[in-house]
Amino acid sequence: MAEPVLAVEDLRTHFFTQDGVTRAVDGLNFTVGAGETLGIVGESGCGKSVTALSVMRLLPAGLGRTVGGKVLFGGRDLLQLDEAQMRRIRGDRIAMIFQEPMTSLNPVLSVGEQIAESVMIHQGKTKAEAWARAAEMLALVRIADAERRVKDYPHQFSGGMRQRVMIAIALSCHPQLLIADEPTTALDVTIQAQILKLMIELKSRIGAAILLITHDLGVVAETCQRVVVMYAGRKVEEASVLDLFDRPLHPYTRGLMASIPRHRRAGPPPRRLQEIPGIVPNLRDPIAGCAFAPRCPLATARCTAEAPSLRSAGTHSVACWEVTP
Amino acid sequence: MSGTILRRLLSMLPVMGVVAICVFLLLHLAPGDPASIIAGENATPENIARIREQLGLDQPVWKQFLVWIAAMLHGDLGTSLFWGDTVLSLIGQRAEPTVSLALTTLAVAVFLAIAIGVLAASHAGTWIDRLVMGFAVLGFSVPVFVVGYLLIFVFAVNLKWLPVQGYSPLAEGLLPWLRNLVLPSVALGMAYVALIARITRTTMLDVLAEDYMRTARAKGVATRAMLFRHALKNAAVPIATVVGNGVALLIGGVVITETVFNIPGIGRLVVDAIARRDYPIIQGVIMVFSGVYVLVNLLVDLSYTLFDPRVRG
Amino acid sequence: MTRLRRFARRNPTIVIGAVLLAVVTVLAVAAPLVAGDPMLLKPEDRLMPPGARYWLGTDHLGRDIYARTVFGARISLVVGLSVAVLSVAIGLGIGLAAGYWRRVDALVMRFMDGMMAIPAILLAIALVSLNKASVGIVIIAITIPEVPRVVRLVRAVVLTVREMPYIEAAVSGGSRGLKIVLRHILPSTVAPLIVQATYITASAILIEAGLSFLGAGVPPEIPTWGNMIAQSRLFVVRAPWTIFAPGTALALVILAVNLVGDGLRDFLDVRLARRM
Repeated sequence: MAEPVLAVEDLRTHFFTQDGVTRAVDGLNFTVGAGETLGIVGESGCGKSVTALSVMRLLPAGLGRTVGGKVLFGGRDLLQLDEAQMRRIRGDRIAMIFQEPMTSLNPVLSVGEQIAESVMIHQGKTKAEAWARAAEMLALVRIADAERRVKDYPHQFSGGMRQRVMIAIALSCHPQLLIADEPTTALDVTIQAQILKLMIELKSRIGAAILLITHDLGVVAETCQRVVVMYAGRKVEEASVLDLFDRPLHPYTRGLMASIPRHRRAGPPPRRLQEIPGIVPNLRDPIAGCAFAPRCPLATARCTAEAPSLRSAGTHSVACWEVTP
Repeated sequence: MSGTILRRLLSMLPVMGVVAICVFLLLHLAPGDPASIIAGENATPENIARIREQLGLDQPVWKQFLVWIAAMLHGDLGTSLFWGDTVLSLIGQRAEPTVSLALTTLAVAVFLAIAIGVLAASHAGTWIDRLVMGFAVLGFSVPVFVVGYLLIFVFAVNLKWLPVQGYSPLAEGLLPWLRNLVLPSVALGMAYVALIARITRTTMLDVLAEDYMRTARAKGVATRAMLFRHALKNAAVPIATVVGNGVALLIGGVVITETVFNIPGIGRLVVDAIARRDYPIIQGVIMVFSGVYVLVNLLVDLSYTLFDPRVRG
Repeated sequence: MTRLRRFARRNPTIVIGAVLLAVVTVLAVAAPLVAGDPMLLKPEDRLMPPGARYWLGTDHLGRDIYARTVFGARISLVVGLSVAVLSVAIGLGIGLAAGYWRRVDALVMRFMDGMMAIPAILLAIALVSLNKASVGIVIIAITIPEVPRVVRLVRAVVLTVREMPYIEAAVSGGSRGLKIVLRHILPSTVAPLIVQATYITASAILIEAGLSFLGAGVPPEIPTWGNMIAQSRLFVVRAPWTIFAPGTALALVILAVNLVGDGLRDFLDVRLARRM
């Protein structure tokens, strides 16, 4: 594989609260290749959003802190940069879009100002040039009558359109990496597909890679080349999308697949939707064995005693004692 | 736009009408005979009768009310019992010191308060924040006249940096005018700064926690632009509201400050009127000050459209 | 005991304020026991600086400032508490009525807007100047401008609460008017009113002192902090203690009430109550 855009090595992000330390991300490794779309899936609370925020160094101040690991981007470890250097990367080389289009745009600034701002900060363009770029970007994300609408404010746009504006902001400086944290979760199903399609199309046009964070395997199937499945702050399985859907190995991944509504999958006729019993473990207490063991149908005594390490065959790797890659 | 302003100006009328009714009722619901109370304890019956006539108290109440309202609408605030001049002309003569004091205080206080409020919010939980908040509680708690005498004692009497008391008209030079206003403005503005700094901090903390602030950080926006360009504009409406409501503090405080610093303004006019029981002056100043308060708050209302596109509609 | 300590650690402002207030209250109640005669004139001892004989010095008539300051606390506390109780009681009645019965609402609220426009201290000056000076008149004069603030607060609570599903449930369950107000809405006003009452107390003490200072308050012969400062005005250069003793007392008491208010506001999580 060519040099990856982003390489995350042994990332550890902990949250420090009055009641103790929560190991939200606990030794995570993954890479994103140039132009590739990598999905990170898992239930809420598995640490996938914290991973995204750790890469961007946008963790809530005073609460979460990355205590170990490396985030290599363009040969530099982002965790070692000072705030000013990091600011030059954010919005320029790495851009991010968030889950809540309704609240992620500043209500008192026009969308044009919000797009132009990035361009002015990172590319040193004049105000007029930046505004021209804003209108261009707005047209690019297919907002009709872009020239006029740059002057409008977020409340004059619908949820789906606001997410388009977010994409316009994120792509305005042609980043190498776009991090999308649940970009379609808050949208109507019909709009979801449009937004995903737009993201993928624009990404290949500007040659960016995407790190897509989602709980939805359906979204992964439609957009990603590779998938990392996370559970309790760790990677439990990684494979190409085809491989994963063809041959899910980890019991957790299989559980996730069984809980996807039927109409989104090909395959045999409807049967009852499965849910994974139990809940995500409390990450405040150190977990001795496999974090999934209490909910796992295959769990043995060994699983609760000893944490399984990642074993791989080809590009498919899995952390489980009971299955072979 | 001008239609809105006109409509809002008209909406002042009922409020001022209520003010007029309240002031009228005060005089007429007071137990006992206002004329003899105003005349004082050693008044002769002739004196009392003269005051009664001057205030129109010998007329039926409904007629008195109509006369009072009609006079108000003509801008007639009555005639001083002591000076014999119209209240409006007396207020006009005393306006310069009061307006100077109030406007300089307002301008400096709003600017300063927003600055320290933003500072506290951006350093939430640190000693800077605690210092600002501590000052804010203190600012509410120490009365204007206590601050005033403390300032006089330290800066005028002991350090001799500034004049002890008095006022120098602007016509006699900018510097003496300013030097005389420094201490009174600080005393007067203390509570106002505290009030605005507090609401600024609270609102800014709410705004800083919003999703769009995270978006701004993710765009690589620098800290100062985050605070002032992205956050403060969102916090502007609640802050402006308190700036408007808080003018009541300045108006009440002016009366006391002018007494402490011996400034010959409208406040002094009222205080002197208390001892002389010159009720028309008290009435007239209430009307003028209430009018200023209503007008300022009207301007604040109109300013919302500058800050928030959503109310532009 | 441990629960009390935990409360104290989490709400230090309430505890500091409450302790200060308790001390002042005890001093005020026990004034004749802990202080001398506040009225006693000793012309030969006039303008004595603080020292062994007079802790806080004497004023221009040779009166003991310590005694006068201790007795002065009585008026401040009485005025502060009376105004708080009165304005909350009156404002609660009007606010509940205005919030619940739409027909009176517009009229009452326009009237309250008008009253809020009148600067409190001027309204009080007007009232006091039309009556013979007394503590009662001062209390009434300060209460009147505070009422609209309580009305607004109560009305805001009622308007929020009446949209809640449980009120709809009560209505559809057959409860009506007065019963709904008393059983379901009144309890929601308690927490914000407690906080608002502390703010009113602080503001009433402040205004009372201001009125006394301007010569529009309680009769000058009664020792109040405002009166003491007013009478010592001319001596600020020669005898600053005559002003700073009552001034400090005033600031401390108002600070204590404000600390309790702010603490309660956080503790009860009240957002509606406010100073202005």
